[in-house]
Amino acid sequence: MDLAELQALAEQERSKRKSIRVHCCTSTGCQAANSLGVKENLDKAVEETGMGDRVEVVGVGCMGFCGRGPLVQIDPMDTLYEEVTPETAGSIIHALNGGTAEPVQGDSQHPFFARQMRVVREHSGKVDPERIEDYIALGGYQALHKVLYEMTPETVVQEVSSSGLRGRGGGGYPTGLKWATVAKMPGDQKYVICNGDEGDPGAFMDRSILESDPHLVLEGMAIAGYAIGATHGYIYVRAEYPLAIKRLQKAIQQGKKYGILGSQVFNSPFDFKVDIRIGAGAFVCGEETALIQSIEGGRGNPIPRPPYPAEKGLWQCPTLINNVETFANIANIIKRGAEWYSSIGTEKSKGTKIFALTGKIRNNGLIEVPMGITLREIVEEMGGGVPDGEVKAVQTGGPSGGCIPASLLDTTVDYDSLIKIGSMMGSGGMVVMDKETSMVEVARFYMEFCRGETCGKCVPCRTGTVQLYSFLTKILKGQATAEDIEKMEALCYMVKDTSLCGLGMTAPNPVLSTLRYFKEEYLELLKQPQNGKVPV
Amino acid sequence: MPKTVTENAVTPSQGSDKKVKDDKRLKVLEITMKRNHYRQDVLIEVLHKAQESFGYLEPEVLDYIARSLKLPLSRVYGVATFYHLFSLKPSGAHSCVVCMGTACYVKGSGKVLEKLEQELGIEVGETTPDGQISLMAARCLGACGIAPAVVLDGAVAGKQTPESTLARIQEWHE
Repeated sequence: MDLAELQALAEQERSKRKSIRVHCCTSTGCQAANSLGVKENLDKAVEETGMGDRVEVVGVGCMGFCGRGPLVQIDPMDTLYEEVTPETAGSIIHALNGGTAEPVQGDSQHPFFARQMRVVREHSGKVDPERIEDYIALGGYQALHKVLYEMTPETVVQEVSSSGLRGRGGGGYPTGLKWATVAKMPGDQKYVICNGDEGDPGAFMDRSILESDPHLVLEGMAIAGYAIGATHGYIYVRAEYPLAIKRLQKAIQQGKKYGILGSQVFNSPFDFKVDIRIGAGAFVCGEETALIQSIEGGRGNPIPRPPYPAEKGLWQCPTLINNVETFANIANIIKRGAEWYSSIGTEKSKGTKIFALTGKIRNNGLIEVPMGITLREIVEEMGGGVPDGEVKAVQTGGPSGGCIPASLLDTTVDYDSLIKIGSMMGSGGMVVMDKETSMVEVARFYMEFCRGETCGKCVPCRTGTVQLYSFLTKILKGQATAEDIEKMEALCYMVKDTSLCGLGMTAPNPVLSTLRYFKEEYLELLKQPQNGKVPV
Repeated sequence: MPKTVTENAVTPSQGSDKKVKDDKRLKVLEITMKRNHYRQDVLIEVLHKAQESFGYLEPEVLDYIARSLKLPLSRVYGVATFYHLFSLKPSGAHSCVVCMGTACYVKGSGKVLEKLEQELGIEVGETTPDGQISLMAARCLGACGIAPAVVLDGAVAGKQTPESTLARIQEWHE
C-alpha cells in the first residue's frame, strides 16, 4: 500500500459513512451491562424503521462515562444516552424520526466531558476498534507513512524528545531520551516492547485504549521501531483483559493484510512485526525487567539494573519498553508536531494524561485532562464530588502511590508536584475515598496486595511487606503501642531504600502517606492505657 | 531470534506419558507448541492452553510440556506456581471471582466476598466440597467504572451487592 492508496481508502471509507452514526459502546464495562444486547436491538430498530440508508449503528470503544453505561451516542447531533437497556434501545432510533427516546439523556456539556482534552482518546468511542478501515478513515497510519518517507530515524527521535513526552506508566522518564539511548546502541537486533500489564488496582486506562483504539498503539510501536532500528515488537497484555487481547489480535491481522505491519511496511525497506504475549496474573511483571523475563517464558523475577533494558533487554538485545498510553501519544506528536504537543501541560509535564476516576464519586469513568489541572477540578467539578458526603482523600498511583488528603486538593496534577506530596502519578488510577473509609485499613489493603504480589527474590520486599502487614493488623486490632508505629515507620524506610525493584521501593508509600496525613487515625487505634498507665 | 538451549531434560516416566498421550485434549497443546516451533519462550502460552483444555495443570501435563519443550520440570513447575492464574488443583464446575481492586474494595466488595464465604462455607481460593463452586478473588479486573464487579463463569457483572451476587450463585444450584 502506498500513500495514494491509503488516502483513497480513507476517502472511500468516509464517503461510505451514513449521515447519522449511532455509536454503541462495546467495551468491557458496558458489555457487562449488556451493551451487546443494546446494539442488537438498535440494529433491529434501524431495519424495522427502514432508515438503513441514512443511519448506521457502530460498535465502538470506551466513551469514558463507564459508571452510567451502557452508553449510546449519536453523531452529528452529539446526543448521549445513558443506562440504555435492550428494551429501551429501539426508542432511540424511533426518536430520530421525531418521538421521544426512553433512556436518560446525558449532558454532553457537563464538566465531566467539557473539561476534558482528548488527544489519546480523540477517537475513542467514535472509531470501530475492530475495523482498520475505520481507523484509516480518521487519518490513521498517516503518521507512520510520514516517518517512513519524510523523516530519518534521528529526526523522529528528535521530534519525540522535543515534544517533552514522559513515560505514562508512572515513572515519568523522558520518552525521547529513552528512544535516543536505544537508538544509539550497537547491534542489528533490537526490540520494542509495549507494557500493557496494567496491574494497579483501580486503573483501567490501558485496557480502554487497547479495546477502543488498538491501531493507535500499533502505529506508535511501529514508529518507535523505525526510530530505534527494531524490526520486532511485543505487546504484553494482562490475561485479565480478554477483550483487549482479542481486538489486538484482530488489529495485527488487519495491519498485515494491508501491508502496514509485517515485512516491507508501506512498500519501504522497513519491516515490523508485532507479537502478543499474555500475562498470567503477576503484578510484578509491570516492572520492566520482570516483564522481559516473562516474555522469555520464565518467572517474572526482576533483575538488578544496570544494565538497563535499553542496553541489555529482551534476549540480551537493546530493548525499548514504553507503556500503552505513551505509544498512543506518538502518532499525534508526529502528525501535529512537537511544538503543538509541548504547548499542552506544564513546564515539566507536557501533554495530557488519562485518569481512571473511581471510588466514592458521583461521575466515575475515564477522563483525559491536560497536565497541570488541579485535583480539585478533577474530583469536584468533573467527578461531581462524593454523593452525600465529603472527599476525605484521593488515592493516586495504586499500591506504589499515596493518599492525598482533601486539604491538598489544590495540588496540580503533574509528575513532580505529586511526588512532592508523597504520592505519585502512577499509571493513572484515582480512587476517591470518603469519611467512611478507614485510612489504616486502606494502608493494610495495599500492604496485603504487595505482600501477595512480591516475587520473593529480595529479602526486604519479601519479609518487609509481611512484617508491615502484621504491624498494620496489630494496630487495627487495637493491640499496638506508640512504639510499634515508630518501628513500622523505620521499617518502611528500610524496605524503600533496600528493595531491588520498584515494587518494594514503593510498597511502603501508602503507609507512609497515611501516617503523614492521617496520623490521628493510627493514634486512635492504639492500645488503651490500663490502670491509668500508658503501656510502653 | 532466541537460541534454543537444551537444558537437562526430564527423564520420561513411561506410565504417565501413556496416560497423557491418550488424551485428546493434548492435541490442542501439541498444535500450540508445534505452531511455535517448540520454542522455550512460549511456555506461558502453552500453560495457558493447557489450563484452558484441562481445567487445571495436573502433574502429568506439566511433565509432558517439560519434555516437549526440552525444559527441566523444575523450570515448568516454577513458572506454573509463580503466576496466580495457573492452578495446580482442579476447580469447581462454576467459578465466582470477586474483584478486590481498590475501587471495588472502597465500594464494598469485601462485604460481598465475606457473605459468599459465609454462605458457601468455604474460604476464598477454595472449592465447595461438592465440587460445584470455586470462590476466588481478583486483584483488579479493570472494570472499576461499574464497581464492585464480580465475574460469574466468565461473565462480568457490575454494581453488585452481597445479596445480588448470592442470588446469582443460587441460580447455579437450581
